[in-house]
Amino acid sequence: MSAMMTNLLEWVDARFPLTSNWKAHLSEYYAPKNFNFWYFFGSLSLLVLVLQIVTGIFLTMHYKPDASLNVSGVPVAFASVEYIMRDVPWGWLIRYMHSTGASAFFLVVYMHMFRGLLYGSYRKPRELIWLFGMFIFLALMGEAFFGYLLPWGQMSYWGAQVIVNLFSAIPFIGPDLSLWLRGDFVVGDATLNRFFAFHVIAVPLVLLGLVAAHILALHEVGSNNPDGVEIKKKKDARGIPLDGIPFHPYYTVKDIVAVVVFLMVFSVIMFFIPEFGGYFLEYNNFIPANPLVTPPHIAPVWYFTPYYSMLRAVTVNFFWIDAKFWGVVAMGGGVLILLFLPWLDRSPVKSIRYKGPIFKTALGIFLVSFFTLGYLGMLVPTPGRTLVAQICTVLYFGFFLLMPIYSQLDKCKPEPERVTE
Amino acid sequence: MKKLLFLVIMALCAPLAGFASEGGPHLDKAPDRTNDPAALQHGAKIFVNYCQSCHSASYMRYNRLRDIGLNETQIRENLIFSSDKVGDLMKVAMQPAEAKAWFGVAPPDLTVIARARASEAGSGADWLYTYLRSFYRDDTRPTGWNNLVFENVGMPHVLWQLQGQQVLGEGHKLSLAKPGTLKPAEYDALVADLVGYLQYMGEPVAQTRKRVGIFVLIGLAVLFAFAYALKREYWKDVH
Repeated sequence: MSAMMTNLLEWVDARFPLTSNWKAHLSEYYAPKNFNFWYFFGSLSLLVLVLQIVTGIFLTMHYKPDASLNVSGVPVAFASVEYIMRDVPWGWLIRYMHSTGASAFFLVVYMHMFRGLLYGSYRKPRELIWLFGMFIFLALMGEAFFGYLLPWGQMSYWGAQVIVNLFSAIPFIGPDLSLWLRGDFVVGDATLNRFFAFHVIAVPLVLLGLVAAHILALHEVGSNNPDGVEIKKKKDARGIPLDGIPFHPYYTVKDIVAVVVFLMVFSVIMFFIPEFGGYFLEYNNFIPANPLVTPPHIAPVWYFTPYYSMLRAVTVNFFWIDAKFWGVVAMGGGVLILLFLPWLDRSPVKSIRYKGPIFKTALGIFLVSFFTLGYLGMLVPTPGRTLVAQICTVLYFGFFLLMPIYSQLDKCKPEPERVTE
Repeated sequence: MKKLLFLVIMALCAPLAGFASEGGPHLDKAPDRTNDPAALQHGAKIFVNYCQSCHSASYMRYNRLRDIGLNETQIRENLIFSSDKVGDLMKVAMQPAEAKAWFGVAPPDLTVIARARASEAGSGADWLYTYLRSFYRDDTRPTGWNNLVFENVGMPHVLWQLQGQQVLGEGHKLSLAKPGTLKPAEYDALVADLVGYLQYMGEPVAQTRKRVGIFVLIGLAVLFAFAYALKREYWKDVH
């Protein structure tokens, strides 16, 4: 490094912890050397977050959160999205990046969470990392829900209508609460504008703060790994974990490969099948919102469907309170139960590699029920499907609620002293 | 273990796939005209002549039609009948409120209709292609027309002089009672061109994005080679 650069760095370091932070978080942050495929999804989530923020900024330059009708009788908000798609140079690219990015975000976050489930990344001392991560997941769901209203298509409108109406199922305060959320007696311009405000500033701010907390907590305790053993237990004379390697350059160069592969998959979808068969961009959402015409079938986007299925699965009134309320409880509980995972898992080992057949079977059943719920959530309910959804909802909750019991009964293999290849 | 898990999931999900099939009219496959500029130009002409009297395409500008090989003079002379300028949106003179009074429902904007009409049953183009060939005489309807794909549709059969008049016969099948000025095969080809145009108009950038996509993928493939080599080089000393 030239003398001038050294001097400049010294000048900055005397005033700002630049070098020390670089070291603490990158060049001297020791990560286990045995990360596998599942460990790409953390940095990919960060990449998608940046992608969504940057494309989002450009979209707000031309998008108009306005539910009034233009001279052709089309809502201004809907028309402004088509304006971006047609008249804004490269607007289509920015918009498809953002719409594909929304689905990609959930995909990488679900993979990232599943990684935690596989290798016990939520276990002591990483409970707070898991909690911050879960709050990110909650914020992300809010972000996606608010954002989905903005194109002001039929699915935007009726999806928001259905979800906001759920709050009216809460006893006593429900109807007033949903009115307060909507800002009007029906989903309308007031709703669109407040959802816009939440989507572009309120939730993103919360998300960024939570992401910072998630990473700070991670770097405090260090990363878990596929073997679930603590690398900090075995250190060399300099105090560096024997199985640790500096995050930079080793994992930065490795993550770049993952980023390129991810971008290739992303590009195939974005450039060749941006609607993804109606899963990423729902066909009905190309029809402008019409408060007078309820679509025959209202389905949320794929990433919400497992929880939407749980909502619909509850069809019985308990304690004289409407089934809809218990559906809301099931849906909310389905998401929130994940928060308690660090305290539900009582297994002597962290990683699936050393867990016994009971946990593996339970995880298999959980996955099947989760995917089945997701699939059913896209379809029109029939008595048969509702029954399947009810069974899967019970299995989903059983996986968590019975975990304190079965995770202790399981025949686990001994953990190794050091990480394996 | 991972493979086993995957197989188990797939096996358990298989019976559920049966739930997916749902009823609805069978849709004919629309011939693909999206790469045929002459067909798209013909489709544009039919659109402005037959559809645009009632239906706007209010997100689409006339001069965008340069995409399908027309120049501004051609657009101005052949496709604009109103006082619109070539850079204007393809609006319709009729007011939405008036339209509602006349037809019971305001004719929808058709700019993105080909995207909106897609479903599990087929693409939006398939739906439109079948719909525009499925009108039949029905004296119980105010317009005198009904449609197999869109029951009790508000729109009369605008292309009837070309197709002729179909009637609904035995077994829910349509037959031509009075021939039109076009032979059935010619009419099908005309509808295919119109649907091709609607498909183009739904996403004018569709061809561009595929072209750009190929270059982006090539670029990423090259980047992958370098990124992978870099990773290999750094990781040589990790044991």
